[in-house]
Amino acid sequence: MNWKTFYAMLQRDGHVARRNLLPMLMQNLLQPLLLTFVFGRVLTASGMMRLDYKNILLPGIMAISMVLSGIQAVAMPLIAELQFTKEIEDRLLAPMENHWLAVEKIVAGMIQALVSGLVVIPAAWLLIGSGVQLNIDNIGLFALICFLVALFSSSGGLTLGCSIGQTQVGLMFSLVVAPMMMFGCAYYSWHSLGAVSKVLQYAVLVNPLVYASEGLRGTLVPQVTHMPPMAVVGALIVLDALLLVAGLKKFRQKTIG
Amino acid sequence: MAIGIRIENLRKVYTSPPPSAARGGGFSFTPQRSGPKDKSKKKFEVVALDGVSFEIRGGEIFGLLGPNGAGKSTTIGILTTRTQPTDGRAFIGEYNVWQQQVEAKRLIGVVPQRPNLDFALTAREILLFHGAYFGMSGKERARRSDELLERFKLTERADDNVRSYSGGMMQRISIARAMMHDPEVLFLDEPSAGLDPQTRLLLWEIIREYNRLDKTIVLTTHYMDEADALCENLAIIDHGKIIAQGAPKTLKSSIPGGYLLRLKFDRAPGELADDLRQLPGVTEVRADSKPEADIYADRGGPLIGPIASAVQAHGLELRDVHISEPSLETLFLHHTGRSLRD
Repeated sequence: MNWKTFYAMLQRDGHVARRNLLPMLMQNLLQPLLLTFVFGRVLTASGMMRLDYKNILLPGIMAISMVLSGIQAVAMPLIAELQFTKEIEDRLLAPMENHWLAVEKIVAGMIQALVSGLVVIPAAWLLIGSGVQLNIDNIGLFALICFLVALFSSSGGLTLGCSIGQTQVGLMFSLVVAPMMMFGCAYYSWHSLGAVSKVLQYAVLVNPLVYASEGLRGTLVPQVTHMPPMAVVGALIVLDALLLVAGLKKFRQKTIG
Repeated sequence: MAIGIRIENLRKVYTSPPPSAARGGGFSFTPQRSGPKDKSKKKFEVVALDGVSFEIRGGEIFGLLGPNGAGKSTTIGILTTRTQPTDGRAFIGEYNVWQQQVEAKRLIGVVPQRPNLDFALTAREILLFHGAYFGMSGKERARRSDELLERFKLTERADDNVRSYSGGMMQRISIARAMMHDPEVLFLDEPSAGLDPQTRLLLWEIIREYNRLDKTIVLTTHYMDEADALCENLAIIDHGKIIAQGAPKTLKSSIPGGYLLRLKFDRAPGELADDLRQLPGVTEVRADSKPEADIYADRGGPLIGPIASAVQAHGLELRDVHISEPSLETLFLHHTGRSLRD
């Protein structure tokens, strides 16, 4: 393993990300923050939602931001770089085993996901106004869950980025990302889905965002009903491993002629 | 010491269309066709290389010459770790390219057929980051990138994003990038495609200059003059097989006669071919049922008179005459019966 090369590639991704910082932040944060304002402020202040809904919403918004930025940070550049122009080839020809390039992409995506997630907490807090009670009792568990969420989102980004072509990006958003966000227990707790339909409640368990939302709920606002954190950690580890293996495999297929 | 290259019995069979041609690159939202229609379809299989072997001495300029689709780029792809061979082995120096990729990658610089530049960066950044991938120090990178930008006449536009570059400029920066880490072996896949004559000459000069530093250079081309002007040794490849190999001079002198006269008539030459064989200086005549004949001879123009008389004597009409001097083009024609551009 050649750390110099690995680090140089991280620097390259960092350089490009810094240059695109503003559009990237808008892309990843604007929509969740607007939703936060409408659901967390407008609907609660007007009395259409109960005030403690704010506590349920904040971790969900954070989960969405992390997952979206992790997926996009890896998948979008990768889709462009794997087109027929083969932009990625200059890095595949660098003196490092090819799979480390995929790992580098994941690490860069995780950093972006973590930054987006941590930016959302103060931003959303300001937008929602008073009434959110954050109780981070176990900072270690919170950090672990953030790490696992960042890992599955950027591994998922790697898998998606190596699986679809440039013409299908729009479809990716409407067929993969949109349902994932809506059925990701971000705007409601998993527990409350039981009141709608037991089948639906168990069906959404295939959606990784559910564990992100519930995991953050359990560590940020433990006073609301949430999934047991250990079950969340277990599920996230399994999902991380699956997506990581799938992503690396797809990357290899895509980059070797 | 200059690094040599050896390939042994390379075979490459593509069993799937190239990724850019495959629908959605293996994952599709539109339903794949299925059912009997699909099953009756023949399995995709293209033999790109069929048992290719050759050796390139360290420090020489070696050319792979052949028409489009002959297997040149596949050979380069295998030698540069980008393509997995179906069979056979390739060595850069002492390293088996497929098994010791990292070591092999350290020794090589690659200029692809189509510029694969990092479009998120400027020209200078492309060189600087490329140097960083190869572990060069900051100071060394800055010095070398300035030098290369100057050499390739890109200094003025060095801080522009390469997206705004013209085709020729993109080609120049990708050559500069390949030379950035001072590789022992430089691969250039059709380097002068799309370059204007001036830039082409600049490129030739740079290639010769780099070669003088005892670097090995491998280039593919379908331009005869380029191979002739640059290469010390050549392999001519067609349909995935090497059809001739050696120094350009030796190769050219191996053509019977050297001159090639291509004649076209109003009908098939028939017995005329036998008479043409009797003409002075003619070493070989190729003719079949088509209204044409290829004559290999040790002279060109002086044969036209006798040919015209013979044609007249047989009652045929001469429609076209083309004389080629001894060249790699005629060599290719001799071996394949086709022109390189066909």
